[in-house]
Amino acid sequence: MATDAELRLRERLTRLRNLSLLGGTKVSGELEKLQRQLARIQAAPTGEEIWRSVELARHQDRPYTLDYVSRLFDDWVELHGDRGRADDHALVIGLGRFDGRTVALVGNQKGRDIKERTDRNFGMAYPEGYRKAMRLMELAELHRFPLLSLVDIPGAYPGVAAEQHGQGGMIARSQALMARLGIPIVTCVIGEGGSGGAIATALADRVLMQENAIYTVISPEGCAAILWRDAGEAKKAAAAFKPDAVHCLELGVIDGIVPEPAGGAHTNHDAAARLLGESLQEALDDLESVSPEDLKRRRRAKFRSLGVYA
Amino acid sequence: MSSRIDVSIEHRNVPEPPGKRHPNTCPQCSSHYRDDELEAALWVCAQCGHHFTMRARTRIASLADAGTFVEEAADLRSEDPLVFFDLRPYTERLAEAEMKTGLGEAMVIGHAALDGNACELAVMDFSFMGGSMGSVVGEKFSRACDGAAQRGVPLVSFTASGGARMQEGILSLMQLPKTVCAVEDLHDSGQPLISVMTHPTTAGVLASFASLGDVIVAEPGALLAFTGPRVVQQTTREKLPEDFGLAEQNLRFGHIDAIVPRPELKAYVARLLRLFSSNGD
Repeated sequence: MATDAELRLRERLTRLRNLSLLGGTKVSGELEKLQRQLARIQAAPTGEEIWRSVELARHQDRPYTLDYVSRLFDDWVELHGDRGRADDHALVIGLGRFDGRTVALVGNQKGRDIKERTDRNFGMAYPEGYRKAMRLMELAELHRFPLLSLVDIPGAYPGVAAEQHGQGGMIARSQALMARLGIPIVTCVIGEGGSGGAIATALADRVLMQENAIYTVISPEGCAAILWRDAGEAKKAAAAFKPDAVHCLELGVIDGIVPEPAGGAHTNHDAAARLLGESLQEALDDLESVSPEDLKRRRRAKFRSLGVYA
Repeated sequence: MSSRIDVSIEHRNVPEPPGKRHPNTCPQCSSHYRDDELEAALWVCAQCGHHFTMRARTRIASLADAGTFVEEAADLRSEDPLVFFDLRPYTERLAEAEMKTGLGEAMVIGHAALDGNACELAVMDFSFMGGSMGSVVGEKFSRACDGAAQRGVPLVSFTASGGARMQEGILSLMQLPKTVCAVEDLHDSGQPLISVMTHPTTAGVLASFASLGDVIVAEPGALLAFTGPRVVQQTTREKLPEDFGLAEQNLRFGHIDAIVPRPELKAYVARLLRLFSSNGD
């Protein structure tokens, strides 16, 4: 069955093939990329493959935000604190040189060993973390730096203080701020794109997903606990709600899939970074010439079109 | 195509249902009422002031001036993009919810007058699949924003929701940014969102449009939390404060503007509508 996503890709492919006069490297690169994505869509992943993505997305050796920053940026100054109450280590912000331009980056950061994991709260930000992200977004808007966001969060943190400090409202306001920005925003889900915590920094002009990343409304365990009344049924839940990159592309939720080295990003951090860098660069190039007004208008229109109903 | 899931062993870990209280029995003071008594009291317990869940149509009738409410987008229905199947198919759950509630979805929108003030209303109904937000709720809210912007009137939302609708997977998460963008468009048109949070307003709805109200009002005792007390307790084993996540705690921490008992709500919202109207009359 030809899905909408497949038809859209086919249409773009045909258009690109017919642009013989513009057969430069950029267009043929685009052609190749579309063909790769089409091939992926034609082979929708099975339940087993989806669960493999869940495992790879959570793999302890998977590169985290700072692993990519150190490989992709020529210079990087990490900034700290929300200018109100705290410096949330579950989320890093900073300025860096990427591909000859200054960019602002926000990314979720998990830890490698027990000490760092605890310090970074397993990548789960508190409301202070979202406010830290918002502070960077305002800085980027003021100085017209493009904004990159790397998403890798199991989910918003279910804690007493997180609620008391207004987690729900902060996630809403972070999205609202992103909907107002007149700078290019590129997001890539590089591991777990977990629910509200993920969308808080993912309202972007281009939303990408790594091949083995997952993007979910609730963790497979949480979904299983509610709908199957047994968290052990996570595998079934994942197969049912299809959090893998191919299905997200098919549903129009993401704009492209970033390939990973064979076996997954954890097998070769350098190669994974190179592939991610190429995709981010391409997305930024595409958005560079769009006016702030148009960026904002198109971004809102894109998100407002998401949903399936009759 | 999506693989169907084996359901033969689904029922082994289902817990015993807790002793069910009659829906018209007050969970706080155990006073019991007839339907017509509760209806006349706006579904508020006359003994202790407990606010029962209020259905969307009853809510609208209690707010809109007689004969002014005109419903919009009533024919929108959910589809089943993931062919989702947990213990039962999503389509079956939808059909059952519609039969049970007489509503097509968990939100009713339309325009109305409230004490003579024109406004757009978006009212959620918790009885329809726990007020969960899927594509249709997102689209209806989005259209309510546009309706308000086009008429040049404020939007008043009443939320009651357990969060995003899991059966629509990632698309239900996308209703967060969708409704957020709709509120931003509404704000660009110069109109406010007045957000009334009723019990419960949690997860995806709290983390999107409900928290973006220019003024946020809550009903007494409403649970307003991104993560509810049960899950917080289970995951962190922290000792929870008595009023954890309730409207009263949210007011103390600065997340909402006021707690207004239901019988005073119409007059309160009407005052806000007058203050927001450009000439102030």
